Amino acid sequence: MLNIKGLKVKLEDEDKVILKGLDLDVPAGAVHAIMGPNGSGKSTLSYVLSGRAGYEVTGGSATLDGIDLLDMAPEDRAAAGLFLAFQYPVEIPGVGNMTFLRTAVNSQRKARGEEEMSATEFLKTIRAKAKTLKINADMLKRPVNVGFSGGEKKRNEILQMAMLEPKMCILDETDSGLDVDAMKLVSEGVNALRDEGRSFLVITHYQRLLDHIKPDVVHILANGRIVKTGGPELALEVENNGYADILAEVS
Amino acid sequence: MSGTPQKSNRSLASLNALLSGMELPESGPWAQAARADALTRLNVVGLPARRDEYWLFSRPDTLIQPEPVTAPLFKDADDAAVFSDIDQLQLVFNDGVFDADASDDLALAGVEISRLADVSAGDNHWATGLYGVLETNGQSPVSRPLAILNTAFAPDGILIRVTGKAGRPIGLKYNQVSENSDAMLHHVVQVEAGATLTLLENGGGAARLNTVLEVDVADGAAFNHVRAQGRNHERRAATHIFARLGAESVFKSFTLTANGALTRNECVVDVLGDNAIAHIAGAAVGDGDFHHDDTVFITHDSLNCESRQVFKKVLRNGATGVFQGKILVKPGAQKTDGYQKSQALLLDGDSQFLAKPELEIYADDVACSHGSTSGAIDDGALFYLQSRGVPLGLAQDLMVLAFMADALQEIEDEDIAEDIRSHLEAWLVRRRD
Ligand SMILES: Nc1ncnc2c1ncn2[C@@H]1O[C@H](COP(=O)(O)OP(=O)(O)OP(=O)(O)O)[C@@H](O)[C@H]1O
Ligand SMILES: [Mg+2]
Repeated sequence: MLNIKGLKVKLEDEDKVILKGLDLDVPAGAVHAIMGPNGSGKSTLSYVLSGRAGYEVTGGSATLDGIDLLDMAPEDRAAAGLFLAFQYPVEIPGVGNMTFLRTAVNSQRKARGEEEMSATEFLKTIRAKAKTLKINADMLKRPVNVGFSGGEKKRNEILQMAMLEPKMCILDETDSGLDVDAMKLVSEGVNALRDEGRSFLVITHYQRLLDHIKPDVVHILANGRIVKTGGPELALEVENNGYADILAEVS
Repeated sequence: MSGTPQKSNRSLASLNALLSGMELPESGPWAQAARADALTRLNVVGLPARRDEYWLFSRPDTLIQPEPVTAPLFKDADDAAVFSDIDQLQLVFNDGVFDADASDDLALAGVEISRLADVSAGDNHWATGLYGVLETNGQSPVSRPLAILNTAFAPDGILIRVTGKAGRPIGLKYNQVSENSDAMLHHVVQVEAGATLTLLENGGGAARLNTVLEVDVADGAAFNHVRAQGRNHERRAATHIFARLGAESVFKSFTLTANGALTRNECVVDVLGDNAIAHIAGAAVGDGDFHHDDTVFITHDSLNCESRQVFKKVLRNGATGVFQGKILVKPGAQKTDGYQKSQALLLDGDSQFLAKPELEIYADDVACSHGSTSGAIDDGALFYLQSRGVPLGLAQDLMVLAFMADALQEIEDEDIAEDIRSHLEAWLVRRRD
C-alpha cells in the first residue's frame, strides 16, 4: 500500500535535513506503529506524505498503491486515499464543521469520478458516526475545531477519517490529549475501520494506545531514519527502557 | 478635519467648472428652498480636494470633474440579478431617470411613496422637514460636499413615508444604460413611530452615481437597508446615508460592493433616542482596478444605545480598501456600547488596506472598542482543508466566505443574506485559478 524508499527531506528555507533516507513499507490491511524520540522526524514524515509546503524532498520516493505521492497536490493525495490525523488539528473560524466535512467528502468523490453524497445521506451518515465517537450535534455545528478541547479535536479527526474512508490512514499522536475513556472511543473508531483494504500508520509515544490498536509491526524512527523494526514487543521495550538501548545498539 | 475649511482658488475653480451649465432642477416646489440653501452652502465649503484630511486615502478628482469617466456597459452575463428572488415593490432608474413602465405602482400597504421630481406636489410635503435637513446636520464636524451637491442638484429620488409595517420591501434598481451617464438621486425615508421598512438598492446606476439617502427612524421604528452596488468594473460612486435614530429604534444597513473603479460610501448616523440600535456593515470584494472607501461617523447622544460597524474587504491584484470610521460619544451618553471592526483579507502582496478607526468619548460609563486588521489567508487552515481533499481554489473560497461571514450576519433577513452570500460566492468562483 504505502512504499517509501530512501526518503530524504530538508526544510525549504533552511539547511536543516530532517529525513535522511527513510525506508518503510506498509502492506494493505496492516497496522504499523512508529515510535521515536521527540524531534526525530515523525510529524515531518506525515506532513511530507500529505503534501504540506515548506519541505523539500532531496531524494527517494513515496508511493501509494504504486502511484507517486510526492508529485501530487495535497487534495489529490487525499482523493487517492491518504489521510492524516494531525498531531495539532487546525482551527478554521467561520467554516462550519458540517460544511467542511460535506465539502471534503464530495470533493473527494468528485475527484474520483463518483457520485456526490446527497444532503440527507450525508446527515444520516455523519450523525451515526458522530454518535459512536460521542461528538454531539453542537460540535458538528461549530466552526471547525474552534473552541474544541484537545481531546475533542482528536475525536473530530477520527470522525473525519470515518467519513472520508481513506485507504491509508496516518495517525500522528492521536492519543495525546485524550483521557482514558476517549482513548478507548478513538481506538474503537479506528478498529472499526480496520479492513483488508485499509492500512494504518500509527505514530505514538506510548504503548497504551497500542494496547487498544494492536499493531502488526512497530518501527523506531530516530534521527530521520527507521533504525529498528519489530513486533509489538518493541513498543513494550520502549515503554520500559526508553530509547537509549535501542539507539546504542544501532549506532 | 475642520468645520470651515479655507477654500483655495483651486477648489473654487473646480467648483465653478463643475457647476457651470448646471441648473437647480425643477422638482416639488417644497424642496426648492433646501436646494437653494445647499447651493449656498456648497459655495462656502467648496468641493473635496486631495489635501483634505477626510480625503487622504481616496482621490475625489473623478467624482468632481465636470464629465464622468467613461464606463463601458457591463454585460451582466446570465446569472440572476441580486434580489431577483426577493418579493419587493420595485422602482427602476435608468442612468438616474425614473422608468415608470419598468416600475411597480407607487402603492404599498403601510407606506406612502412619491417622487422628488413630482412637481405637482404642494408646498406642504412631509419630506420638507427632512430633505437636506439630515444632510445638513451631517456636515458637522466634517463637511461632506458631495452630499450638499446632491441636495442641490439631484433631479429625482424616492420619498417614502412608512406609517405601519411595510407590506414588502421596497427595491430600488439602478440600471446603467449609457457609458457616459452621470446620475444623482436623493431619497428620503421617514419611518414613523413603531413602523418598519426594508429598503433594497441594487445596481451601479450610471458611469458616475451620486446618491443621498436621508432616513429618520422614529421611536420604536425599524429600518433595514441592504444594498448591492452593481458589477460594472469601471463605474464610480459617491454615496451618503444620513440617519437619525429615535428611542428604541433599530437601524441596519448592509452594503455589498463587488467591483467598481471607485466607491466612496459615507454613512452618518445620529443616535438621538435612548435604547436605540445602529448596525452598519459591508462586504467589499475587489480585483484589480478597485478602490473602495467606507467612511462612517456615528454619534451617540443618548442613553444605553448600541452601535456596531462590521466591514470586511477582500482585495486582490492591486485593489485598495479604505476604512475611516468614527464613534463619537457625547457627554452624558452613558451605557453606550460602540463596536467597530474593519478587516481586510489581502489575497496578494499588491493589494492594500488603509484604515483610520477613531473613538472620541466624552462619557465615562461606556464600552467602546475598535479593531482593524489586514492579513492573508491562513496557510495552515488552507493545508488542512486540502489535506481533506478540498481543492485549493474551493478551499480559498471557503476561507474568504468565512472571513466575510460576520458582516453578512448583520443582514436581518435570512433570504436576503443568502442571496448576497451566493453572489459573493459566484464572484469568487469566477476568479478561481
Ligand atoms: N517548519 C519547521 N521549521 C523549523 N524546524 C522544523 C520545522 N519542521 C520540523 N522542524 C524540526 O525538524 C525536527 C523534526 O520535527 P518533527 O516535528 O518531525 O518531530 P517529531 O518526531 O514529530 O517530534 P514529536 O515527537 O515531538 O512530535 C525537529 O527538530 C523540528 O524542530
Ligand atoms: Mg510530531
